[in-house]
Amino acid sequence: MTLLGRTTVNVVVGISVLYTLLPVMWLVLAATKNVDALFNSDLFGGFSLVENVTNLFAMDKGLYPRWYLNSLLYAVIGAAVSAFISIAAGYAFDKYAFRHKEKLFGLVLAAVMVPQTVLALPLYLMASEAGLVNTFWAVFIPALFNPFGVYLGRIFAQGYVPDEVLEAARIDGAGDLATYFRVAFKMLGPGMVTLFLFQLTTIWNNFFLPMVMLSDQSLYPVSLGLYQWNSSATVSPEYYPVVIMGSLFAVLPLILAFMLLQRFWKAGMTAGAVK
Amino acid sequence: MKGKLACAVLMAPFFLLLITVFLIPTGTAVWLSFFAADQPGLGFGPESTVFVGLRSYGAVLSDPTFLGSLLTVVLYCLLYIPLMVAGALTLALLLDSGVAKLRSWAQMSLYLPHAVPGIIAALIWLYLYTPGLSPIIDLFAKADIQISFLGIDTVLPSIVNIALWSNLGYNMVIFYAALQAVPREVLEASVVDGAGPVKQALRIKAPLVRGAIVTVGIFTLIWALQLFTEPVLLSQSTPMISARFSPSMYIFDAAFTRNNYGLAAAASVILLAFTVALSYGVTRWTNRKAA
Repeated sequence: MTLLGRTTVNVVVGISVLYTLLPVMWLVLAATKNVDALFNSDLFGGFSLVENVTNLFAMDKGLYPRWYLNSLLYAVIGAAVSAFISIAAGYAFDKYAFRHKEKLFGLVLAAVMVPQTVLALPLYLMASEAGLVNTFWAVFIPALFNPFGVYLGRIFAQGYVPDEVLEAARIDGAGDLATYFRVAFKMLGPGMVTLFLFQLTTIWNNFFLPMVMLSDQSLYPVSLGLYQWNSSATVSPEYYPVVIMGSLFAVLPLILAFMLLQRFWKAGMTAGAVK
Repeated sequence: MKGKLACAVLMAPFFLLLITVFLIPTGTAVWLSFFAADQPGLGFGPESTVFVGLRSYGAVLSDPTFLGSLLTVVLYCLLYIPLMVAGALTLALLLDSGVAKLRSWAQMSLYLPHAVPGIIAALIWLYLYTPGLSPIIDLFAKADIQISFLGIDTVLPSIVNIALWSNLGYNMVIFYAALQAVPREVLEASVVDGAGPVKQALRIKAPLVRGAIVTVGIFTLIWALQLFTEPVLLSQSTPMISARFSPSMYIFDAAFTRNNYGLAAAASVILLAFTVALSYGVTRWTNRKAA
């Protein structure tokens, strides 16, 4: 390729990288500044990182650590349980034959299409009927449902668990469930991590459902809490540095998870795209 | 294979969820849309739920704020989806061309925003759109250019930008993975036939990853039609975004601000039908083009 071509390619990629990175860098930089420096766009003055962190944890009687813990509970436990459930169903779809299987699978795929907003009001009414509105469970249970995870689980089962292995286990006299938990489950490990990561992101992002279900601030996940603080910031600017610092902390676990587990999410996305 | 019991045990938890958090709620939404709370006796009588048939649908479809929200989301899709698909595909092709430097580092950086939760992506950009806080606005001001990101004409592109920022890298990785699966012989053959790198990218590679393009297009569409988080957050700072800006916001407003469940349910069913029809239409259209 010509030198001009090479340069163009690298310039376009370079600009795109700046586009994605600069806002995150702004967040990091802004988190170190006090209100005055923020509003004067004083890029390097007004350093008050420690103060911002202290304020963040002290604001409104220490709500932020509470929200953070909630988010971790909703997301980590939720994603683990969800991955477990989805992959078992995906495995069953791949390894067993039964009537109307593909129709049922079609229903699972159709569920991917249905907007959260459509389900929110009925879910709220159901939760209210069951006395679960404004509880941990109202946010936790619906987030376990991941139809796309079943779709991926089926692909993983097809790719990672050869039918011969299951046949061999059966000849050895192992029951089907024992085979699943002792043999297939280990082979599905990487797929589990992928589903866990995807659902972790989804639940950590979850905003609409908590907004509908929760009124008690101490049950909020970080996303909803920061939303609320941002609305306070429009009236009292001392909330700005706290929201910025809080956002930075809220971004860290996912970025870490993705960097450490790179090969898993790439595998999952490839499986989803190439099929 | 035998083992019906094992199969049932493995599937039971998922289908229990499917029924309780998907099928019943969807059915309930449809059911609710045919009922309304009526207060006889000029509003002084006891409240009761009565069957009203399609009345709520009529009310939603003749409500200019709902039609406006639908128009907004259509405009948003028309602006966002082509930009997203073209942008992500271009980046994937550039990275796949072999001349881009520091490829895996670039991929990682492009992907990074996807690890930023939607509400926080919206927060970051809201601050970058806010006069006084934003270094971008200051930069423009130094060049004597007055710019407002939250004005009546700019607010929709500003929301598109947030979504684009969040998802560009994610979709780029999907396209890149699909491009890597293109057989090398096909590419070598095209070079022998005298295709330059640009022609090769557009005429050979892009058509070969059609499947991935359609998948990304449909998922982006379904997701875009649910537009909620970004405008709700921005609405805290700009009067240009009303409480019924997008269909999802309309539903939320009807259900939880106005407590009109029939209206909210009817709007939900219309949004669902709209989503299904569009996804189905896009699938059919792309399949016909392939045939």
